[in-house]
Amino acid sequence: MTIMFGTFEKLKKSLSKTTNRLMGQISQVVRRRKLDDDLLDEIEEILIEADVGVSATMYLIERLKETARERKLTEGEEVLAVLKEEIATILSRHPSAASIENNISPVVWLIVGVNGVGKTTTIGKLATLFAHEGKKVIIAACDTFRAAAIDQIAIWAERSNVDIIKSQEGADPASVAFDAAKAAAARSADILLVDTAGRLHTKANLMEELKKIRRVITKALPEAPIYSKLIIDGSTGQNAISQVKVFTDAVGCDGIIVTKLDGTAKGGVMIAVAQELEVPVDFIGLGEGIDDLQRFDPKQFAEALCSDA
Amino acid sequence: MFSNLSDKLEVVFKKLRGAGKLSEKNIKDSMREVRQALLEADVNYKVAKRFVQAVQEKAVGEEVLRSIEPGQQVIKIVHDELVQLLGGKAEPLAPIEKTPTVYMVCGLQGSGKTTLCGKLALMTKRKNKKPLLVAADIYRPAAVKQLKVLADSIAVEHFSIDGAKPQEICKKAVAYAEKNFIDLVILDTAGRLHIDDELMKELEEIKALVNPDELLLVADAMTGQDAVKVAEQFHQRLSITGVVLSKLDGDARGGAALSIREVTGCPIKLASIGEKLGDIEPFHPDRLASRILGMGDIVTLVEKAQENINQEQAMKMQEKLLKAKFDFEDFLQQMDQLKKMGPLDSLLKMIPGVGKALKGITVDERDMERMVAIIKSMTIEERRNPMIIDGSRKKRIARGSGNSVQAVNQLLKQFHAMQKMFHNMNKGRLKGLPKGMMPF
Repeated sequence: MTIMFGTFEKLKKSLSKTTNRLMGQISQVVRRRKLDDDLLDEIEEILIEADVGVSATMYLIERLKETARERKLTEGEEVLAVLKEEIATILSRHPSAASIENNISPVVWLIVGVNGVGKTTTIGKLATLFAHEGKKVIIAACDTFRAAAIDQIAIWAERSNVDIIKSQEGADPASVAFDAAKAAAARSADILLVDTAGRLHTKANLMEELKKIRRVITKALPEAPIYSKLIIDGSTGQNAISQVKVFTDAVGCDGIIVTKLDGTAKGGVMIAVAQELEVPVDFIGLGEGIDDLQRFDPKQFAEALCSDA
Repeated sequence: MFSNLSDKLEVVFKKLRGAGKLSEKNIKDSMREVRQALLEADVNYKVAKRFVQAVQEKAVGEEVLRSIEPGQQVIKIVHDELVQLLGGKAEPLAPIEKTPTVYMVCGLQGSGKTTLCGKLALMTKRKNKKPLLVAADIYRPAAVKQLKVLADSIAVEHFSIDGAKPQEICKKAVAYAEKNFIDLVILDTAGRLHIDDELMKELEEIKALVNPDELLLVADAMTGQDAVKVAEQFHQRLSITGVVLSKLDGDARGGAALSIREVTGCPIKLASIGEKLGDIEPFHPDRLASRILGMGDIVTLVEKAQENINQEQAMKMQEKLLKAKFDFEDFLQQMDQLKKMGPLDSLLKMIPGVGKALKGITVDERDMERMVAIIKSMTIEERRNPMIIDGSRKKRIARGSGNSVQAVNQLLKQFHAMQKMFHNMNKGRLKGLPKGMMPF
């Protein structure tokens, strides 16, 4: 796993690109302060501004209060350590099982999400990652809706040197999925990555289309394990919860990939999602480079958020 | 969108309306709930705080508390403050007067820039002006082709240069426009992070070269607290002239919409409400405030009807309705016009009260298509006189349209129900609806 080398450094660097990082702010706020209601209010504000959401923030604040009482903490700085623990605990509740090792091949990853979250780019990165690990990858270009989406994914396939199954724009995405599934079996691929068109989860007919794609793959590959992976834009607010819920209802959701965490967004909504729903985060995207996709490690993530710049 | 926020506020307001008398404490309590609702909708923390303070200050005055309907008064204050928060009055785009006028579009990756460019081009074309779509995104694979496909689909001109830098492409595009009688140049720039110094510099350079009449930032309506930071940064470096909110057809609670204007002072000019290229509308703070508070937005609905419905046809339709001679042929025509007006569910939500009644029901546009298929499988005679459709005809229609006989039956039933409704309309019971529009 050479590709994992330096993950922590990269993560730390990306998350510390901005001066007002979540924990950086908190560590400044707590410095030489006594634990009181004012301090808790300020921490609450910082958490809300990191998209942690009202209920998860309230939960964290409550936990801080309780723990402070139990352990008789009075100093602001002690609070920081507790907060770090609590965040890591929430994020570790549903550990990721993103392995594609399986006795039955191919394994199918159905990549879904709303418009513009970075599905195609993520597939390009996943393809590279798996190809590096010596796996045979096939991409199914099922976004037949957006103009030039097929060309975009084809370029990624070329870059990562993997096979792609495609049709023309406007073709039935389910039929492309079927062909790709058959091809994956015939060429004994290890993994089939299915790119789908971005769709707002509120559009019932588009969600039906997604269900059909999944049904068709099941039919073509009755034995193959199919995992739906939901891509979420790291700057998304509380709407992420609604996205997870609706996509889960439609095609299930076995894991989340959070993209674009190299900006100023802190992805705090992950904490809200983990608090409310039972879905693990598999990967996080930290940039546009082909190897900027990292496996998600809750402890490391909480740690990186908390360490000083 | 905004429906979640509307629901939460509705609960608060219900309590307020119910109370005959209000005390300062009542108001404080409800404002705490309003604040929480705003935060859950991703409204910026500081904006939410200021908003609630402003409402509270105005609401605890003697005038309000002693008025006959204090609850209504408070709701009115919330409404007015919301309008203020959203920018007061609507701000139109820079007019396309000098040739060429230049609009420059920028934003984060995946915010919806290219789609917006297509929408702007279609808008321009509909005004009988000539737009030019310029592909200045040379980084994302196939981005140039995406814009070209969009341009071709609406038959407008497209400009790109292989292997050139974005600065050069934009400059040459404007020069090309000057020579070729283009009215509006639309620059589609690459998505970039607001903290990516190098790429932000590129935008500054393009701006200096082409001096755009409108520099638009596209913001995803689903963005959380970061929306404000992004807009601030873009504004600081580029002095943007306006914001366009995209993906408003989802169920985002619209915190970005409510915060960006307040924090940056930049007006929100357009709202993008669907995937089709016609799905864009001017941003009206007052109308949006009404929608957020569950009061509907009949003004926009009427405007949409006027824009998309052929007046002559509408008059004919009106006559037919008056004579109760409405048949399936007319029905087809109506469906067609309705489709042009935008996503059905967003239209319905504009009708006061309907949003609430439709809660939890999703409108599937394919149902409409199914209906159209059934009607198209009827003979002309059957369309004009549905009464003759008997069992065997039903079977044939069902087979022809790939539906079940039940589906045909259902449509016929709906049709009769509708005729009944038109009958009522003739008696003037549904006057609130725009001329020529079907009261679905």
